[in-house]
Amino acid sequence: MNSSRSPYRSAAPWLAIAPALLLLVFFVWPLAGIVARGASGAAFATLFANPAIAPVLWFTVWQALASTLLTLVVALPVTHILARYHFAGRRLLLALVSTAFVLPTVVVGAAFLALLPPAWHRTVWAIIAAHVYFNSAVVVRVVGSRWEQLHPHMADAARTLGASPLRILRTITLPLLRSALGAAGAVVFLFSFTSYGVVRVLGGPARSTIETEIYLRAVQLDDLGGATALSVLQLVGLGLLLWWWLRSAAARQSPPGTIFTQVRRPRSAAAFAAVYGIGTLAAAGVLAPLLAMLLRSLRVGGTLNTTGWRAAFTPGLQSVLPAPFAAVLTSLQFALATSVCATLLGLAAASAIAYGSRRLVLFEAFVMLPLAASAVTLGLGMLITFDEAPLDLRGAWIIMPLAHSLIALPLVVRMLLPVVRAVPQGAREAAAVLGAAPWQVWFSIDRPLVARAALAAAAFAFAVSLGEFGASSFLTRRTTETLPVAISRLLARPGDLVQAQGYVLATLLVLLTVSAIAAVDGLRPDRLAI
Amino acid sequence: MAASPVPAATPTSAAPVTLTLLAYDSFTPSANIFDAFTNQTGIKVQLALAGDAGELVTKAALTAGKPEGDVLWGVDNTLLSRALQADMFVPYAAPNLAYMDPAVTALVPGHAVTPVDTGDVCINYDIAWFKARSLAPPLTLQDLASAAYKDLLVTPSPLTASPGLAFLLATVAEFGEDGWQAYWTQLRANGVLVVDGWTEAYYTEFSGSSGKGSRPLVVSYGSSPPAEVIYADPPIATAPTAVVLRTCFRQVEFAGILRGTAHAREAQLLLDYLTSVAFQEDLPLTLFVYPVHQAAALPEAFIKHAQRPAAPLQVDPARIAAQRSAWLDEWTTLVLR
Repeated sequence: MNSSRSPYRSAAPWLAIAPALLLLVFFVWPLAGIVARGASGAAFATLFANPAIAPVLWFTVWQALASTLLTLVVALPVTHILARYHFAGRRLLLALVSTAFVLPTVVVGAAFLALLPPAWHRTVWAIIAAHVYFNSAVVVRVVGSRWEQLHPHMADAARTLGASPLRILRTITLPLLRSALGAAGAVVFLFSFTSYGVVRVLGGPARSTIETEIYLRAVQLDDLGGATALSVLQLVGLGLLLWWWLRSAAARQSPPGTIFTQVRRPRSAAAFAAVYGIGTLAAAGVLAPLLAMLLRSLRVGGTLNTTGWRAAFTPGLQSVLPAPFAAVLTSLQFALATSVCATLLGLAAASAIAYGSRRLVLFEAFVMLPLAASAVTLGLGMLITFDEAPLDLRGAWIIMPLAHSLIALPLVVRMLLPVVRAVPQGAREAAAVLGAAPWQVWFSIDRPLVARAALAAAAFAFAVSLGEFGASSFLTRRTTETLPVAISRLLARPGDLVQAQGYVLATLLVLLTVSAIAAVDGLRPDRLAI
Repeated sequence: MAASPVPAATPTSAAPVTLTLLAYDSFTPSANIFDAFTNQTGIKVQLALAGDAGELVTKAALTAGKPEGDVLWGVDNTLLSRALQADMFVPYAAPNLAYMDPAVTALVPGHAVTPVDTGDVCINYDIAWFKARSLAPPLTLQDLASAAYKDLLVTPSPLTASPGLAFLLATVAEFGEDGWQAYWTQLRANGVLVVDGWTEAYYTEFSGSSGKGSRPLVVSYGSSPPAEVIYADPPIATAPTAVVLRTCFRQVEFAGILRGTAHAREAQLLLDYLTSVAFQEDLPLTLFVYPVHQAAALPEAFIKHAQRPAAPLQVDPARIAAQRSAWLDEWTTLVLR
């Protein structure tokens, strides 16, 4: 598409202003604050002289590696049946696996707390199990799309020549899937490396990753120096990971001439048993933690009852304590504000990128910047930056939707950009020739075509805000707790009534998130590959 | 500003004020305890629980000047220096200070915060458990590290719970600033269990409480035994648990008016109420601490079953201020990692 003829070209720089300003003030400035404070020789010397830090770094890396390997092992059989076979319930299974991926991390932590026996709580295995749970979808999507393209005749030929299934897997399938496995593994590693909500809920006092250690130092130990130095370390680590990933992704083009999609029904009895066995196990694996959570919300004093649900809707201590349900309303308000803010900014940014000259390519990279920092770092940065005039935003309502919008922005832009670009240029030109002003052209040609995608993006930003925990845990105010913050606080306290209320909120958060994501899927004409 | 303890009720002039009282999670006074205050003054009280005491104070320090509430309950002597450094309180000389032990009020000469209760953090033991095994309960901190008491002790983490921090400081007081590390290494080898919070330690892991856990030794309060008697159902004559007196660390808790509140005058009235006899007498049975108001009567079960150490372990507040973070990091490495 030749953008030079776009009637909006002169508008593009103006459209870029609002998102760019927001990013500068609320993302770049807080991160610069962290770097200014934490990236000094003295700060690092203090950090590394602290004997508590090395085990944190080591634990962060090895649990991420273990999570990645285990995710690949657990997800490959599921990926195999989804990529290779048609079977009853295939779409449902795909939807279930994808749902596990969009659930807020705090909810996944809560679900495993409910599912696993108490002896497993606060162990590394609980953390890894939760990571496997929500990251399996990455493998299914990334590896599955490649696996679908492998021509089954290769395996058929090998089988005719007498190769065992294991040998086929080892010598044909895995080598051909290697780059896809690498890509999926890198993403899973990244997610596990920066895991926060899961570790906060499941970790206990002895288990700390870099992310939770930043929180512990900043909010509980009163060690802002250590927290900022760790954040800098995390930024550098993430930057290296992303750089390596983008570099190898560029080198990793899928081999040409292998675009088939060959799914077939399981024919042999063995294949039939494998498909339905694995499919049933996988579906049970996705549903069991959620059901355990629902059950725990209904279990107070050893019997099934609605005490927890009623308590969640009732103010405590004769109404001097707000009811836990207040968190639902708070979260909905923040999510609504986030979806409006992120969608408008995302639309402006996507339009600027699509209509503008090539110089705006830098702006495109700039808009993606929030992906390169963890939400915890953003939250800490905002907390230590906006604490004095002229921008003292502590306690300001707007700070939470702003943080959530920044986190959602890159993803919203990614969703909108292809749609904005796909609006036919000819239609715009025709309208312009007929005398429409640029805004009239946009209103009559672009708006109807972009509206659906914008709504989908709004629903997506809504879901991101609902589940956001990293930044929120720093910016939350006790009087305006969001759902994830309230859930983590309630589940950290003993007593089955308190815990049941935590599970009630977690169940409500699942329902809200799944509804929002269903809206995204319903509104989107194409499906987004991860 | 006149600081009359019995304020004139003038709620007619404006909409009724609602004060937000920030406190730690285990702040559980009697239901309706604030009704008397509201009836007297027309001021409503809303409670906001903010994690454990450490988190409460750090968050309040980060939000100094733009507080999350009007009054904060729950700075203790281990965190006091941090709170004073952060300049997060508006000083107020509450009239009820006159009724308090001068040794306690002397801790805050500038009246940035007001003492509200005192307590002791001590090792508690399950009497029946030791009797059934004909094992003598420990007498000192050093005993806890001996093989006879292997895998028997549970403590809340000093990182996240104030009794945990108090216990760590008790070991600093007992073994010295260079000796506690070796002691904790022994405790770890002897199977000490560390959990997040006091509630979990006492009600889930400890064998002598309602949770019927597996460990007969727990870091808790000197007032936990009377609490067991008072809340026993069916009633019991003697406490099922007791305190190891030589392990006790003295805790003093404070409340203060947060700088930046829009309701400083009303907040003073609330502080007057928190230090009043009526509120102070509610504390022993709900928070298991001792009132600071000397006219506040103790419940009978407290007088009968509570033991207070004559000479509790103490650490100089200036040393706590200087070393708290370093000690916590050292402790984390020795015990958790």
